[in-house]
Amino acid sequence: MSRTPFHLGVALDGAGWHPAAWRDATARPEALFDPDYWVSLVVEAQSAGIDLVTIEDSFGLQSGGYGPFELRGDEVRGRLDALLLANTIAAQVPGIGIVPTVTTTHTEPFHTATGIQTLDHVSEGWAGWRVQVSGRSHEAAHVGRREIPVLDPARAASGTDEEQTALIRSLFGEAADAIEVARRLWDSWEDDAVIRDVPTGRFIDRDRLHYVDFDGENFSVKGPSIVPRSPQGQPVVFVLAHQTVPYELAVAQADIVGVTPHSDEHLEQILGELGDAELSVERRAGEPLRVWTEAVVLIEDTSEAAVAALAALDDLHGSPYASDALILADTAEKVAAQLLRWQQAGITGVRLRPARLPLDLERITHELVPVLAETGVLERPASASSLRERLGLARAVNRYASASPDTAELIESASR
Amino acid sequence: MTTQKPVKQIHLAAHFPGVNNTTVWSDERSQSQIAFSSFRHFAQNAERGKFDFLFLAEGLRLRETRGLIHDLDVVGRPNTLAILAALAGVTSHIGLVGTLSSTFNEPYELARQLATLDHLSRGRAGWNIVTTSDAFHGANFRRGKFLDLADRYSRASEFFDVSSQLWDSWADDTIVADKASGEFVRTSRLGLVDHHGPQFDVTGYATLPPSPQRHPVIVQAGDSPDGRDFATGSADVIFSRHADYEAGRAFYDDVKGRLDAVGRPRDSLKILPAATFILGDTHAEALERSREISRLQVSPQTAISFLEQVWNTDLSGYDVEGPLPEIDPVVTAEGGAKGRAHVHTDPVATANAWREQAAASGWSIRELVISFAAKHTFVGTPGVVAETINRHVQEDASDGFVIVGNTNPTGLDEFVDRVIPELQERGVYRTDYDENATLHETLGLPAVSSRSAAALASA
Repeated sequence: MSRTPFHLGVALDGAGWHPAAWRDATARPEALFDPDYWVSLVVEAQSAGIDLVTIEDSFGLQSGGYGPFELRGDEVRGRLDALLLANTIAAQVPGIGIVPTVTTTHTEPFHTATGIQTLDHVSEGWAGWRVQVSGRSHEAAHVGRREIPVLDPARAASGTDEEQTALIRSLFGEAADAIEVARRLWDSWEDDAVIRDVPTGRFIDRDRLHYVDFDGENFSVKGPSIVPRSPQGQPVVFVLAHQTVPYELAVAQADIVGVTPHSDEHLEQILGELGDAELSVERRAGEPLRVWTEAVVLIEDTSEAAVAALAALDDLHGSPYASDALILADTAEKVAAQLLRWQQAGITGVRLRPARLPLDLERITHELVPVLAETGVLERPASASSLRERLGLARAVNRYASASPDTAELIESASR
Repeated sequence: MTTQKPVKQIHLAAHFPGVNNTTVWSDERSQSQIAFSSFRHFAQNAERGKFDFLFLAEGLRLRETRGLIHDLDVVGRPNTLAILAALAGVTSHIGLVGTLSSTFNEPYELARQLATLDHLSRGRAGWNIVTTSDAFHGANFRRGKFLDLADRYSRASEFFDVSSQLWDSWADDTIVADKASGEFVRTSRLGLVDHHGPQFDVTGYATLPPSPQRHPVIVQAGDSPDGRDFATGSADVIFSRHADYEAGRAFYDDVKGRLDAVGRPRDSLKILPAATFILGDTHAEALERSREISRLQVSPQTAISFLEQVWNTDLSGYDVEGPLPEIDPVVTAEGGAKGRAHVHTDPVATANAWREQAAASGWSIRELVISFAAKHTFVGTPGVVAETINRHVQEDASDGFVIVGNTNPTGLDEFVDRVIPELQERGVYRTDYDENATLHETLGLPAVSSRSAAALASA
């Protein structure tokens, strides 16, 4: 049996991923804007040894699909800013990765980079960033700086529609630039830049701070960061991807790519496309890319009960729930079996999207995690001190750090 | 017949130690400027002292002196909104006020972040609106330099207006969350913001229901007539630089007079000057500590650096315990220092004034710099400091103070231990917070009434 360690993430959003989940008897729809609701979810995940939680967000009020904005009254509407919510949670729940979604399209890369870096300081090394583009035309009107045509993912994926292809390339190109800026800013202070040297009156050694001098199509950023280097150096970058251009972004800049296979064959095809992207794109992140899968999970005691619960939610909503990810409505054992199949195929983790919150999170922590733990796939550092360490990512090397004088001396003396 | 003037309650804010020479980093008690433990200690101590709010400045770019990153003061700080959100999770009563630029943010996003902070803190968010326009800071942002000096307040004002529209766009009863009927939001109660002005085009729905305060407490620090007018129109608190008694009374009188003119109640805008303090068991001991700390705040290198910002040339050869340079400043269009609030507009005039002042007082370079860069507002025993603060407030030189300590993060511990009880004994300062009070309530400000929500309700 393969000994590839397998990691677990949980994607938190509203009252769960099913649009009618807020109507479940156990749901707490009135608490969605209460920080305690979110803290209790993350405490639940942390106590079961979940590696990370992500927090969903978007650059505007929720709306189905990518077409014109649709204001619906029967689904959860409204969201707290994920980056700020993540910081509130991180101040209270130690030892679990906290990965907020932050959009790259209309936001300031400098603010995003320093916000994630601050999260890494607050969490003492457990920060990540789920990168997301804003492809919705109406969201561009929130800033009024540019117009974005209506995105049609199917036409964009076909590769035959020039306008759509150009739009996707421009959105993800900007995202790649935003990550590049963030990664440079995160390294712009060397670890030992603060010297507090009283005789010379210097608080920092400014030679250990670096301008990042990024000059791109959408923005230029001079640097350095206002924030000293954070515990992880490089927080963990997560990219969800469904097609070629996002795969290329993930290969270039992400630490983890989330993919959405619907079958074994589909997974094979996705891994093939990621392999192709690796040949055509230069990887700029330090460690090899980790591939995670995604699934919506609804867990009940029997398969029949799970199917019935899903059907009941679909009835409440008036139409079957369609997701970009595989929907696993089943027992904990059956869900575990699917995850183990992915693990056998070389997948290193999964981001689980609970159909109902907090219910399916509790099913995951109380039932799914013990089943997986029994198989031994969840082995990981017993006392990891950071999210990177927990995920087996090496300590990030600072791109700007100069060799220390000691090293230089060693090399010099060795060459004599 | 004489009417007894009611006793005013003092309002206090706690300023997190900044990246200037006030913050002494060479002190052995000085801790990390970035570790969360420092921020937690600072916030929890201020909450122990029942402060109205804590206050954070903003970093948009590291300061530079003569083209190099300034290395003599504390350097580095967190993202303002992120650290305030974190502090919301480890405090319960104290207000959380951040300085946030109206130039290098967009209203749709910033209004949402402030509303989020207000939800996360259960009604304790505040926003110190600042205007920045220079290319130096712009180099880290999408727009770069784009704003004329004259447009700074019109942008701030329009920014605030759009933000208010967003904060007011959901009626109080928009969220129904009725599981039985299946109605989560009452869409008719949710207004579309559609703003088109000289600075902003914003169309869309806000993403949050009204937060506990609906609007954050608005703080304003500008001192110009434009700044004062903006404060009169939109602010709840003025963070002023007039801690001196006479200047404080003049400023107070001016601003409260402007309130009268627009029909705003006088107590709906609090004036809080920034103030430092040094305590001692005796007055002599306090003076001695003040002298020692001012020398730590102005190291020899810092003294020279202050001069170099005016002279714009290398002065490292001068003895700081000796007289000021006799050479004249090097005048260039660029100037010496970047990223500071105050820039010397006429270096030659400044140099002359400094030389005259130093000669008249018999000051060395270091003593001159100390006289303006390390002057302590309140120096004395805890009782005297409390009495002085109280006198300023009761005699309308201010409504309270923004207290600035000199070490991070323990600089205000002593103030809380020794001065706060003195104020409480005098009956001029709260002994506890009101349960579940919002920052508006803690400051004694009227609640925000939403124009749009009222319009919706009557529709």
